[in-house]
Amino acid sequence: MATLTSQAPVLSVAGLRKSYAGREVVAGVSFNLARGECYGLLGPNGAGKTTALRCCLGLTTPGAGDITLVGEPVPQRAREARMKVGVVPQFDNLDPDFTVAENLRVFGRYFGLADAETRRRIPQLLDFAGLAGKEQARLQTLSGGMKRRLTLARALVNDPELLLLDEPTTGLDPQARHLIWERLKHLLQQGKTILLTTHFMDEAERLCHRLAILDEGHIVAQGAPRELIASQIEPQVVEVYGEDAPAWAASAAQPYAKRIEVSGETVFCYVDDGQVIPLLAQLANLPQLRTLHRPANLEDVFLKLTGRELRD
Amino acid sequence: MTNLPTQYALPSFSWRAIAVWRRNFLVWRKLAIPSVLGNLADPMIYLFGLGYGLGGLLPQVGGVSYIVFLASGTVCASTMNAASFESLYSAFSRMHVQKTWEAILNAPVALDDVLSGEWLWAASKATLSGLAILLVITALGFVASPLALWTIPVIFLTGLTFAALGLIVTALAPSYDFFMYYFTLLMTPMVLLSGVFFPVEQLPAAFQTVAAALPLAHSVRLVRPLLLGELPTHAIMHLSVLLAIALTAYWVALILTRRRLLN
Repeated sequence: MATLTSQAPVLSVAGLRKSYAGREVVAGVSFNLARGECYGLLGPNGAGKTTALRCCLGLTTPGAGDITLVGEPVPQRAREARMKVGVVPQFDNLDPDFTVAENLRVFGRYFGLADAETRRRIPQLLDFAGLAGKEQARLQTLSGGMKRRLTLARALVNDPELLLLDEPTTGLDPQARHLIWERLKHLLQQGKTILLTTHFMDEAERLCHRLAILDEGHIVAQGAPRELIASQIEPQVVEVYGEDAPAWAASAAQPYAKRIEVSGETVFCYVDDGQVIPLLAQLANLPQLRTLHRPANLEDVFLKLTGRELRD
Repeated sequence: MTNLPTQYALPSFSWRAIAVWRRNFLVWRKLAIPSVLGNLADPMIYLFGLGYGLGGLLPQVGGVSYIVFLASGTVCASTMNAASFESLYSAFSRMHVQKTWEAILNAPVALDDVLSGEWLWAASKATLSGLAILLVITALGFVASPLALWTIPVIFLTGLTFAALGLIVTALAPSYDFFMYYFTLLMTPMVLLSGVFFPVEQLPAAFQTVAAALPLAHSVRLVRPLLLGELPTHAIMHLSVLLAIALTAYWVALILTRRRLLN
């Protein structure tokens, strides 16, 4: 879209802080979303992604910081701002007592939309969500992927400028995830702006123009996915598997790799382009170890910046 | 913490609450007939069972046959029950289990709108329950005069009062089990102390004092005379007490709900 740089940000967040019971969950986060952009907030569980989204929507008052959402100051005029925003929450909260069409019609009323107006839009919303003809279907008859797509359709009922998606594909099978990604790309082509939280790196790499990696309430890196991979990490990765792999990493691997990480019986060798061939040649002498050579990706960046320990 | 003033702000009311009310109405409409019949069955069993069974053993109570005496109490008690069930179990489902409120709050609707919509809805549903009993007892000839029509606003106000009290408990509830305490420790004694089954004057003096503070007792003091064709004494006082409890309880419920959901 040609409008990428032409206007004020659709969402701007500056110096955002939020504490719960003395623990700072969001600790000074700043970012801007340009119109037509898809921006990702990545982070392990508990990094502060959902709290940051709740602050942006005015559903909780930040301890400090300034937020402007679609031109309105938040939290002061959050309710007015939400007129132009669509939300796909992390956990399904569709109305189980209603049919597909009733879910959309009732949600439209919360935006002050007349039933006739929503009814007119329903076929095109369902068509977009791959739910054409499902108007009268009861909610219990829908699969997880269908419910997710209905939630997306519901978030579009007010034709929003900005979509906030909190882990939109968590719990979906690959087919359903790819369909959601394809729909989101379509929305970007229409000029919508998207803010997405996820912990799926492939999702972020595919969809996001820019992203921020959040850890313990801080942004630890920010930029385009390709840039982050180029700037934060070695370009090539050789993964080595086997019982003897950790011992090999400790004794013989050092000269061949720039950086080595060991996780159980897997060794990750991060190397420059020129180091790949000597390393693979060395490994060819050790048939008991299996190897996989691949280019570095966003997940490597993420793990380097946020560590390998579990976060639940 | 930083948002103390907004948590304690007076309730704001807006037409947006109607969208929330209509959402609940649409769900109810799908199950309207079983819902009304269900709400009617339990109080009617008590009314006929006690009214004819126990009533046969009794001389007149409060100047009328026992079943007529009990009928007016039943109207109030079932309004109270309907308002309580809706503001406890149903509201809790929507707030905590189905996350319906969370979905609504992502739209341009404030929490004040959600809660006032729920409040009005629970009072409306309670009014339907009270009216259903009123219709049946009118058909049975237990209602003396058209003065009975004045009970309709009293029934609605009774609904508002108990809906607001129920919303306080919902805002505090960790799970459905919590509501059992409210019913056994508050609702059941209230029914026994408020003149539903027997005149408050039968109670020891200390209990009569307690009864004077109970919202259900004020509701009964208004509804019973109106159904017997008389004007209630101290009507303004009884109405004021109900209204004061309703408004205060709603405000408390709102503060607690803001703390629970907007923290």
